[in-house]
Amino acid sequence: MTVVQANSFTTISTTAAPPKRRRRSFVTLLFGDLTASCLTVLTGFLLLSFVPALNWAIIDATWVTTDPSTCRQGGACWAFILAKFRFIIFGTYPPDEQWRPLLVMALMLLMVLASLSPRLWGMKLLCAWGAVITAMLLLMWGGVMGLSPVPSSAWGGLPVTLLLALLSLGLGFPFAVMLALGRRSILPVPRLLAILTIELVRGLPLVGLLFVASILLPLLLPAGWSIDKLARTLAALTVFAAAYLAEVIRGGLQGVSPGQAEAAKALGIPSWKIIWHIVLPQALQKVIPPLTNTTIVMVKNTSLVLIVGVFDMLSAGRVAATDPQWPAPYVESYIFVAGIYFLICFGISNYSRWLESCVQARSYR
Amino acid sequence: MNVDAEAAIRISALNKWYDTFQVLKNIDLDVAVSERIVVCGPSGSGKSTLIRCINRLEEHQEGRILVNGTPLDDSVKNLDAIRRDVGMVFQHFNLFPHLTVKENCALPQILSRGAQRREAEERAMSFLTKVRIPEQAEKYPGQLSGGQQQRVAIARALCMMPKIMLFDEPTSALDPEMVKEVLDTMVALAEDGMTMIVVTHEMGFARKVADRVVFMESGEIVEIGKPDVFFDAPTQVRTQNFLRNIMH
Ligand SMILES: Nc1ncnc2c1ncn2[C@@H]1O[C@H](COP(=O)(O)OP(=O)(O)OP(=O)(O)O)[C@@H](O)[C@H]1O
Ligand SMILES: [Mg+2]
Repeated sequence: MTVVQANSFTTISTTAAPPKRRRRSFVTLLFGDLTASCLTVLTGFLLLSFVPALNWAIIDATWVTTDPSTCRQGGACWAFILAKFRFIIFGTYPPDEQWRPLLVMALMLLMVLASLSPRLWGMKLLCAWGAVITAMLLLMWGGVMGLSPVPSSAWGGLPVTLLLALLSLGLGFPFAVMLALGRRSILPVPRLLAILTIELVRGLPLVGLLFVASILLPLLLPAGWSIDKLARTLAALTVFAAAYLAEVIRGGLQGVSPGQAEAAKALGIPSWKIIWHIVLPQALQKVIPPLTNTTIVMVKNTSLVLIVGVFDMLSAGRVAATDPQWPAPYVESYIFVAGIYFLICFGISNYSRWLESCVQARSYR
Repeated sequence: MNVDAEAAIRISALNKWYDTFQVLKNIDLDVAVSERIVVCGPSGSGKSTLIRCINRLEEHQEGRILVNGTPLDDSVKNLDAIRRDVGMVFQHFNLFPHLTVKENCALPQILSRGAQRREAEERAMSFLTKVRIPEQAEKYPGQLSGGQQQRVAIARALCMMPKIMLFDEPTSALDPEMVKEVLDTMVALAEDGMTMIVVTHEMGFARKVADRVVFMESGEIVEIGKPDVFFDAPTQVRTQNFLRNIMH
C-alpha cells in the first residue's frame, strides 16, 4: 500500500479517467426545453395514431384458421401467410422438388457468410463462387444426376429474386470495372464505347430495358435461335447494374491520387497488376456507401421483372393473394414480401457499415 | 568495352516540352556508378521533370537517356529493365494506404519480379530493419509519422534491389524534427555506395554527401560543381543569386 501511496503523485496524471459525462434524468431528456417537449408530444401523438394499425396487425388478427373464408374479422389474416408460405417462397416450382431451391438458398447463405470477411477475398473465393453458382443453377434446372428437369419458366419466388440479384450484381461488377476503366482510358475507342454504353443504358428506364430483352431480343435473333427468358431478363438487369456501378467505381478511381500509380510504375509493377492490386482496392474502399446504395436498389429492382412475366417473389405474393378461397389478403401478402426485402436490404446496409469501419480502423486521421 | 557502360546514367541533349512550354532545355549529364548528385534550383525549374524522365514517369521528346547502358526508348523490355534498376522516392511518400507497411515492401517484389511470398517478406523485414522501423511492420501507413512513412518508402524502393536511387525532395513534406531521421537514412545509403540523384534544398546534406551539385534554372543546367566549389565560389551569377536567397 505504501508503495502505491508514494507513486500516486506521478501516476494520477497518466491514468486519470476521462471526465464523467453528467447523467441526465429521463424527464429532462424528454421535457428539458421547449424543443424537446414539442418533439415528445408530437411523437406521442404519432405513436397513438399507430394504435389502429397495431390493432389490425396483432390484436384483431387471425393467426390460425381452418376455414379460409372466415379469416378476416376486422384484423389481419396472417393465417393466409402460413397457408401460402411455400407458394410465396418457392412459386410454382414443383412441390415435391422444393428441397432443391431450399438447398440453393442454403448454399447461397453459406457462401455469403463465408465471403463476409475481406481477409478471405481473393482468387480462391472467386473460384468457389463460380463453382457454387454452377451447382446452384444445375440444382434448379435438374436433368443431371437423376434430378428431374424443371424449366426456368416454372421457377419462382425467393430463389428467383435472390438469383437475379446475385447474378446481375456479380456479373455486372466486372463489366462495371471495365466500363469505368474504359471511360478513363486515354485511348479514344474504349473511352467512346464505354461512354456510349453507360449513357445509353442510364438513359433508358429499367422497364424499357426489360421489355427490349424479353420481347424485342427474340425477334432480332436469327430464326431457330432462342434464349431462355430468365436469362434474357438477367441480361437486362446485368447491363443496367453495370452502367450504374461503373459510374460509382469511376468516382472511386478519380479519388485515388495519381501518385499511387506512379509509385507502382516506378517499382516496375506491370500496368494491369497496378490496376488490380493498387488502384482498384483503394477506389472501391472510397465508394462503399454509394456501392451499397446501388446494390440495395438493384436487389429491389429485381421485382420489376414481374412486368415481363418472370415469377419472382413479389409476383408470387400477388398471385397467392388472388386465391378466391381467401378474402383477398393482398395487404398481408405484400407486407410479408416487403418484410423479406427489408431484411435482405437491412442486412446489406449493416454489412457495409461494418466494412467501412474496418477500412477506417486502418488510419487514425 | 562499351563507353556507355561506365556511366550509371548518361543523359545527352535532352529536350522536353509540355505542349509549347519547354521544361527541359538541352540537358547533358553523366552520372558515374556510386556517384551522388544533388540537384537544386528554384521552384518550377524542371528538377522533378528531369529525374522523372530517367524512369519514364515523364516522356521526353528529344535526346538520349542511357541507364546502365540500356537506352530508354519505346521498347517495353528496356523500360522494364530500367525500372528494375532505378528506385524512386517521392516528396509525398506515395505509400499504398490499403496495405500494411510490410505488405507495402513485399507486394511490389511479388508483382514485378514474381518473388516468392516468404522471400519477399524476409527481404521486406530486413530493409525495414535497415531503416530502423521493423516494429512498425504490421501497421498501416496512415498510422505512422511523416518521417517514418518516408523511411518505409525508402525501404520499399530498396527491396527491389535497385542500382540507382532517385529522390524527389524527400524531406520537403516533413516537419523539421523528422527531416534528420530521413537524411540519416540517405547518408547511410550513400555510404553503402548507392548511385543517387537527390533533388533537395537541404544544403547541409549536399555539402556532406554530394560528389557534385547541379544547379538548374528555367529548364537549363546552369552550373555543375563539387560541393565546396559550388557553395563557396560559384561561377555563375544566377547560382550566386540563388544561393544568397536560400542562405538568407
Ligand atoms: N503536367 C504538366 N503540364 C504542364 N506543365 C507542367 C506539368 N508538370 C510540370 N509542368 C511545368 O513544368 C515546369 C517544371 O516543373 P517541375 O515539377 O519539374 O519543377 P520543379 O523544379 O520540380 O519545381 P518544385 O521545386 O516546385 O518541385 C513548371 O513550370 C511546371 O509548371
Ligand atoms: Mg519538384
